[in-house]
Amino acid sequence: MIKFLLMVNKQGQTRLAKYFAEFLSTDERRALEGEVVRKCLSRTDKQCSFYEHRQYKIVYRRYASLFFMVGVDDDENELATLEFIHCFVEVLDKHFGQVCELDIMNEPEMVHYILDEMLLCGQIVDTNKTNILEPVQLLEQVQT
Amino acid sequence: MSIRLRDLIKQVRACKTAAEEREVIAKESAALREAFRDQDQSYRHRNVAKLMYIHMLGYPTHFGQMETLKLIAGSGFPEKRMGYLGLMILLDERQEVLMLVTNSLKMDLNNTKNPYIVGLALVALGNICSAEMARDLAPDVEKLMDSSMAYIRKKAALCAIRVVKKVPDLLEQFVDKAAELLNDRSQAVVLCGATLMLQIVELEHSMVVKYRPFVSGICRILRQLLQPGISPEHDIGGITNPFLQVKLLRLLRLLGKGDAHSSDVMSDILAQVASNIEGARNAGNAILYECVQTIMGIESIGGLRVLAINILGRFLANKDNNIRYVALNTLAKVVAVDTQAVQRHRATIVECVKDADVSIRRRALELVYSLVNEANIRTLTRELLDYLAVSDAEFKPDLTAKICMLIQRFAPDRRWHLDQLLAVMLQAGSYVKDEVARALLVQLTNTPDLHAYAARAMFRSLSANGDSASPILVCTAVWVIGEYGEMLLPELGGPLLPGEAPLPVSEADVVSLLEVVLRRHRAEAVVTEHVLTAAMKLTARLPSQLARLKAVIGRYKTNVQLEAQTRSCEYGKIFQHDRIRPSLLERMPALDEAEWLKANNPDAAAAAAGASGGGSAPGSAAASAGGAKSANGAAAPAAASGSGVDLLDMLGGSPAPAAAAAPKALVDDLDALLGGVPTTAPAPAAAAAPTAGLAPMAAAAAAPAVSDDLLNLLGVGGGAPATPVPAAAPALDPLAAILGAPAAPATPLVAPPPAAAAPTIVAWQGHGLSVSFTLTKPQPGNPAVTDIAATTTNNDALEVTDFTLQAAVPKFMQIRLEPASGSVLAARGGVVSQRIAINNTQHGVKSLVMRLRITFTINGQTHEEMGEVTNFPPGL
Repeated sequence: MIKFLLMVNKQGQTRLAKYFAEFLSTDERRALEGEVVRKCLSRTDKQCSFYEHRQYKIVYRRYASLFFMVGVDDDENELATLEFIHCFVEVLDKHFGQVCELDIMNEPEMVHYILDEMLLCGQIVDTNKTNILEPVQLLEQVQT
Repeated sequence: MSIRLRDLIKQVRACKTAAEEREVIAKESAALREAFRDQDQSYRHRNVAKLMYIHMLGYPTHFGQMETLKLIAGSGFPEKRMGYLGLMILLDERQEVLMLVTNSLKMDLNNTKNPYIVGLALVALGNICSAEMARDLAPDVEKLMDSSMAYIRKKAALCAIRVVKKVPDLLEQFVDKAAELLNDRSQAVVLCGATLMLQIVELEHSMVVKYRPFVSGICRILRQLLQPGISPEHDIGGITNPFLQVKLLRLLRLLGKGDAHSSDVMSDILAQVASNIEGARNAGNAILYECVQTIMGIESIGGLRVLAINILGRFLANKDNNIRYVALNTLAKVVAVDTQAVQRHRATIVECVKDADVSIRRRALELVYSLVNEANIRTLTRELLDYLAVSDAEFKPDLTAKICMLIQRFAPDRRWHLDQLLAVMLQAGSYVKDEVARALLVQLTNTPDLHAYAARAMFRSLSANGDSASPILVCTAVWVIGEYGEMLLPELGGPLLPGEAPLPVSEADVVSLLEVVLRRHRAEAVVTEHVLTAAMKLTARLPSQLARLKAVIGRYKTNVQLEAQTRSCEYGKIFQHDRIRPSLLERMPALDEAEWLKANNPDAAAAAAGASGGGSAPGSAAASAGGAKSANGAAAPAAASGSGVDLLDMLGGSPAPAAAAAPKALVDDLDALLGGVPTTAPAPAAAAAPTAGLAPMAAAAAAPAVSDDLLNLLGVGGGAPATPVPAAAPALDPLAAILGAPAAPATPLVAPPPAAAAPTIVAWQGHGLSVSFTLTKPQPGNPAVTDIAATTTNNDALEVTDFTLQAAVPKFMQIRLEPASGSVLAARGGVVSQRIAINNTQHGVKSLVMRLRITFTINGQTHEEMGEVTNFPPGL
């Protein structure tokens, strides 16, 4: 299952963090994010998209200045997780239209809403873009 | 005045330093607290959003937790949505507050007007619910799995995962529901249903049986997914819903494992997946990867396996690092099933060990470990050692341990074993565990052919790498050089082994090396101690260097390191007994390898290999335990003959007064030793044996055959009924004589009788000394307790020094010796007295018996005498 999802920029600033299953205190979270991000940033483009940290396997993918990192447990399919990250980015892209770090930074709650349509309890709910965005955008219309 | 979230983000972004950011956050937190205290309704939504942002930045937000609950309890969508989001992010299941939300959740789950509110509640429940909430809300979740909306069904299915994980008792009621979802029209629901089934099987393996009938159904879904264009909205790069395919393949793996029939049913579709899916895109590879794992995980036929292994081979040759990573990952899982197939890729895998990417290296290493066998250990170890030299620091501990383990397990011969371990210690000595070095030494003591070679090899590596050598290498090398030092000399070392370069060293070179080591590793106490011991041993091996070695050892007499100082002083004492020094410093006996491997306990390790601060070799161990005294006559011959004797020796060597009150452990040791003696001795005598007092007695026996001596000590009636009275026993023999004999002139000199009724007996006499016991009953109500005033009188014309009296009693009695009044008896009438308290637990059944051990020095000559006191008046 997916244990956490982080969105971090090149400077190591967390733009979004979502944890499943295990609850970590603020300090633990900060420490974990720091370690994971440092390790990730030290890797080059040529290296593979997976590395191990503590009990997690980190699957990450870089989009422009933003790193998407997903911590999974040992029996998750790494390639499928990578594919999921891409799917998530495509959904964000569709919603924001040419998504960039600023969008995510300024509307973290919206990213969370979208993510909640895609992941639940560390498992994939749906990967169909229409299915995912329909309720989110519907609620936006209600709100405005 | 409340600012917008966007403004807060802007402010934080404008901060140039962490301190500035903290200030902004502190200010905003204060504002939020105020807003929460004022029950500010209109901005609650925005405030919680800001709180989440602050939380993400890693600042405390506990003060706002209640606000999320208030939002959830509200009626509007946006409020609820923000409230649930805040709940998931800011709270966790351990917090009491969470219980308050159960009711709101229940209401929202049952909301019939707005399915999206139900969805919100399901997501929140699925992400954070606690065991209590799971129990309360499970029926609602179950009901929602039948909802008419796919949107609700898929979320309810995943929410059920959390519920059954929290409360496994509830698992039963979701088993059938999960399987029903497989027939759903919506692929998302099928995916969630399969996920739930997977979780159920993982939690409760027996459910596999219930789900096996669904195998053909799952295969049918997979087959549909293989058709192109079946569901364009889930299409990724021409592959339909890879996520669902991956999930179904994993489910098949769990169901087919260990079941030939199900495996057979699914083999067709697995072959189809394996051959039809394109490996050009990541999504396709994800499916192939999962498929290969399933093929190798179930009971598949050979043809299918070949297909899977070929896919892995293709993966391994792929340029993409991700693909190579998963290939290695899969091979690591497969290696247990089909080693041969993996061996085929060995060359490629070993290449991957040197990859620039740490993730790939780690995976490849894991794999290499499991591929090593007797046939390829030489090549693979060379590869691993090469890699050890260049690997990252974080890798080294693990890698070192693994290499050592492999060498120990698969070494084809002992010379190779030694060479390789030496190489490991050279490269990564600080990561080598003590046990590895000790095991090496145990093995070495058992391989006489290699002694000279080992000494030369150690000498070479130590002189070549003196500066950088790790303590463990230095200690091991120094130990070996101390032990087999004379073999370093070309004329004594025997022929060189094939391929070995000659090592021209002189005796002086060996000592110089030790001196250099001492200088370089000044700070490491362990090294100093080892070098001192080695130097001491070398005094017996390299006689021409005696003066220099003596100087080396002497230099530490005032060292600040206590252990080094102790050793230096003790070894210095040994020089005063040059006659016995060579035998005291004999070579270590071969250590029992099987025993070592079996027990490998730290005590044995310390005694055996001496890698820790304890004694290094029997000779030196005895010397350090016993101090100067152990070097006295009795200890010397024993030291030469073997470890069993050695132990006795060490016990005997400990300072005399302490021996009588020997610690329990010591008694136990003796017990164990005595256990080996075949004795059928009469009860009192046998019972007397394991008591503390015997330790010095046994040790004192200087006769060569120790077991004989023990029998003697155990009293007449051992294996042979008529035990001959050996040299050590004259004291035993004259007991009767003492009993019957007229009191020696000493008797009148006995200390003044303390009480009128107190009987006095003569317990022992000899060498002009006479020991008399005055017996009293200190407690009238407790006749078992006897107080003995032992008075020793010297009637001789010579002064007696170093006098000690020790006593031992059978097990059923307790004895307490108080310190003696002195240890010197002046000539003609000198007196020493000592109190002994005895508690006879079998009073009235058995009478008192006691053994004595008396040591003293007359005219510079040490005497040790034994005696048995059996002439106690009856009824004590």
